[in-house]
Amino acid sequence: MSVRRLAKEQPESFAFNKKSEDEVKFWLGKYPEEKKASAVIPMLWIAQKQEGWVSEPAIRDIAARLEMPYIRVYEVATFYTMFNLAPVGENLVQVCGTTPCMLRGSGDLISVCKNRIGKSGEISEDGKFTWVEVECMGACANAPMIQLANKDGDHYIEDLDAEKFEQLLDDLAAGKDVKFGPQSERNASEPHGTKVLSDPSLYDGSKAKPIKLPNTEKAEG
Amino acid sequence: MSEDLRKIIVDGEEIEVPNSYTLLQAAEEAGREIPRFCYHERLSVAGNCRMCLVELVGAPKPAASCAMQVKDMRGGPNGEPPAMNTLSPMVKKAREGVMEFLLINHPLDCPICDQGGECDLQDQALAYGRTGSRFPENKRAVEDKEMGPIIGTEMTRCIQCTRCVRFVTEVAGSPEIGMIGRGEDAEITTYLESAVESELSGNVIDLCPVGALTSKPYAFNARPWELSKTETIDVMDALGSNIRVDNRGPAVLRIMPRVHEGVNEEWISDKTRYAWEGLGKQRLDKPYLRENGKLRPVSWSDALSAAAEKLSGDASRIGIIGGDLNSVEELKAAKDLAEALGIASIDIRQDGAKISAGPGVARQSYLFNSTIAGIEDADAILLVGVNPRVEAAVLNARIRKTWLHNDTKVGVIGEAIDLTYDYEHVGTSAADLAGLKRKRSGFIKTLKDAERPMIIVGTGALSRADGAQILNAAGDLAAAIGAVKDDWNGFSVLHTAASRVGGLDLGFVPGEGGHDVAGMQSGAMDTLVLLGADELDMSSFGDAFVIYVGSHGDNGAHRADLILPGAAWTEQDGLFVNTEGRVQLAYRSVFPKGEAKENWAIFRALSERLGKTLPYDNLEQLRHKLFEDHPVFAGIDHAPGAEGAAQFDVKSIGQAGDIADEPFVAAVSNFYFTNPIARASETLAACAALRAEPEQVAAE
Repeated sequence: MSVRRLAKEQPESFAFNKKSEDEVKFWLGKYPEEKKASAVIPMLWIAQKQEGWVSEPAIRDIAARLEMPYIRVYEVATFYTMFNLAPVGENLVQVCGTTPCMLRGSGDLISVCKNRIGKSGEISEDGKFTWVEVECMGACANAPMIQLANKDGDHYIEDLDAEKFEQLLDDLAAGKDVKFGPQSERNASEPHGTKVLSDPSLYDGSKAKPIKLPNTEKAEG
Repeated sequence: MSEDLRKIIVDGEEIEVPNSYTLLQAAEEAGREIPRFCYHERLSVAGNCRMCLVELVGAPKPAASCAMQVKDMRGGPNGEPPAMNTLSPMVKKAREGVMEFLLINHPLDCPICDQGGECDLQDQALAYGRTGSRFPENKRAVEDKEMGPIIGTEMTRCIQCTRCVRFVTEVAGSPEIGMIGRGEDAEITTYLESAVESELSGNVIDLCPVGALTSKPYAFNARPWELSKTETIDVMDALGSNIRVDNRGPAVLRIMPRVHEGVNEEWISDKTRYAWEGLGKQRLDKPYLRENGKLRPVSWSDALSAAAEKLSGDASRIGIIGGDLNSVEELKAAKDLAEALGIASIDIRQDGAKISAGPGVARQSYLFNSTIAGIEDADAILLVGVNPRVEAAVLNARIRKTWLHNDTKVGVIGEAIDLTYDYEHVGTSAADLAGLKRKRSGFIKTLKDAERPMIIVGTGALSRADGAQILNAAGDLAAAIGAVKDDWNGFSVLHTAASRVGGLDLGFVPGEGGHDVAGMQSGAMDTLVLLGADELDMSSFGDAFVIYVGSHGDNGAHRADLILPGAAWTEQDGLFVNTEGRVQLAYRSVFPKGEAKENWAIFRALSERLGKTLPYDNLEQLRHKLFEDHPVFAGIDHAPGAEGAAQFDVKSIGQAGDIADEPFVAAVSNFYFTNPIARASETLAACAALRAEPEQVAAE
């Protein structure tokens, strides 16, 4: 981690789009009117999902909507490293560099990033990538791993090595769909080479019974 | 209540303290000193510096004494009272550890730091720290932040106690400072380094336990041990904030607050804090006489002769106008001289406030009767034609405090401005005030239901042509809502001038056949004495011969035909009566500049020239005479509050009559420029320029 500052170049204005507004409404609905400042983190996150990063006009817009002083939203945005304070490439590659991943070869992934993408935190020349090193994301059993954030959402990509990672970046650059989750033969974090949990029906949802979700009308399964 | 008390043992000594006390307060009760950085009595508890660790007997770890309450302590296994140690080896080790951590990233630049010599970190490192550090790593460095013309920053020194953040958020009510980032990279800043605009922002400099936030105008000026310190009273507003004036030789170098729970707690406004800059600028240091349109320096003897010649003319065509910063003694001397000469046109109300005074007028009709501390007892407050944020910034913090902690309801009749707390905007004009009594719902109900309702009337409302009628309407309303009862007097007038209440108590108002300020301005005067009165339309005196007695070359001196240089308030002893009617003693810090004399002495000298020698030769005799004539001034530091409230007929104050349906305008439009001393201060000018919105500048 290092000192976090807002980007030097900022857009003129910020506005939530239609889809974001729906999400904002959902989150604001969760809190009583006088406690609506509680929605500050979801709001920042929605803004980031929309724009790819949190801009200064977005901070002001969110502060105004939540009736918070600007400085309070600014504090939150700089506190959490998950908020990008500068624009990022189409694909944000967050490489875990914490001990388990480091022992399993995250150093190799980082050198790949440096060679292919460039400096940490900067957008690659083709505009497709930005990479950063992050702390443990809790997938140590599948180390080394990255989190990929792009328009499809945030996904873990695990059981990597330099070769697979290069291939992954190639596919992403070419605009191909990539497989999320473990890149090995594993489905999840079971021991390598086990035959348990291999029944495909376990994973397609057909075994699950519909249950009624709490506080909702509908049943899901 | 006895059931709320609990027996605890502090370092083997048994004491009984209230359950709600924190361990830190309990330890202080037992006479122990607990070091602290983030904890401050008047701010919320943060508990992040860990310097106040104490040992709880039976607990595995030390506890932060500022953040734990006595009621949460656990007793011994055999029913012994809970015990804590503040002097044990464990505590010593804990403090040394905390201090070592704090100093990992704190620069050792004390020799070039402005806080050196009065630094909490320095003192506590000496008392509770280790000799050396075990951290060879590099210290972190932090970029300095821009916070405006008042607060200088050296952010590498910051220890993240967040006192400044809590002050601006809680007390000042303008959350502009915050802590961004986290961990080692946490930094204190304003939003995108904008200037802090609160009127109380200077207090964060005092609160900062290290040299991270320092006073920009005072930077590298002096060391605390070089300064002579004088405990005195502020005159920038009518609160009479208790201050300490620090001077080195003839120069006042800074002003700091003193604690007075009844007046300013321990805050002062920025205007108070930086008025000292104005004390060294624009000063009148010798007498001047206007000849052929130009002011020429003359000797005191010639000046007094010229003044005596003019003052010996027709007494009915001579007037004396008192200013906003005069001590009671100089007003007394001026009034005595006026009486000796038969001058009836004297007036202390240069803003034209329609407040009557003198025999037969209850003192309560112009005092802040609830008292400033009493604001905290009020449960509903109505502000009438007043903007306390600029007229008395520290008092506004007190209203905010009671709004925040006691759920006091606030209503406003006047301009809808940001007061740092929520209020109900009841109306804007005088008619809304008069009509409020007849309403049945809304804020009038809140006031009527309140046990201790309060009405604060500003001088902006009273200085209109129908000021006396507005005073009457406010008194009427006060009677209707039961604001005045045996033990509570909620009818309060908030003055803006430090000399106003003293002058009114003295009866410094037109005598029989005399003119008030408006009358004197209509050209009826041959000779006018302006006693530090600068807030007047100077073009309205016609051909009158104007004698200006005062300290600063401001509006009055520009118009004057004769200038008699006087002392500023820091240059003479004097009594000041604040808006509550509290008489306070101000002391001399430095001597008057150049040939300037103490103001009362100027009138004493004039009286001798005129052959009407005043019966006192020194300040002591003057005070004796003052106390003899007006015993009310002898009650030093006493605010009358609700005394005599039972006999006070609030309904009959002012004058009954019609009220013009015009909107109220606050008495102060520019917080930083209310008097000649403040106008001479560069820092305050910078603050004012910062505050002026572009559209306002265009409108002027």
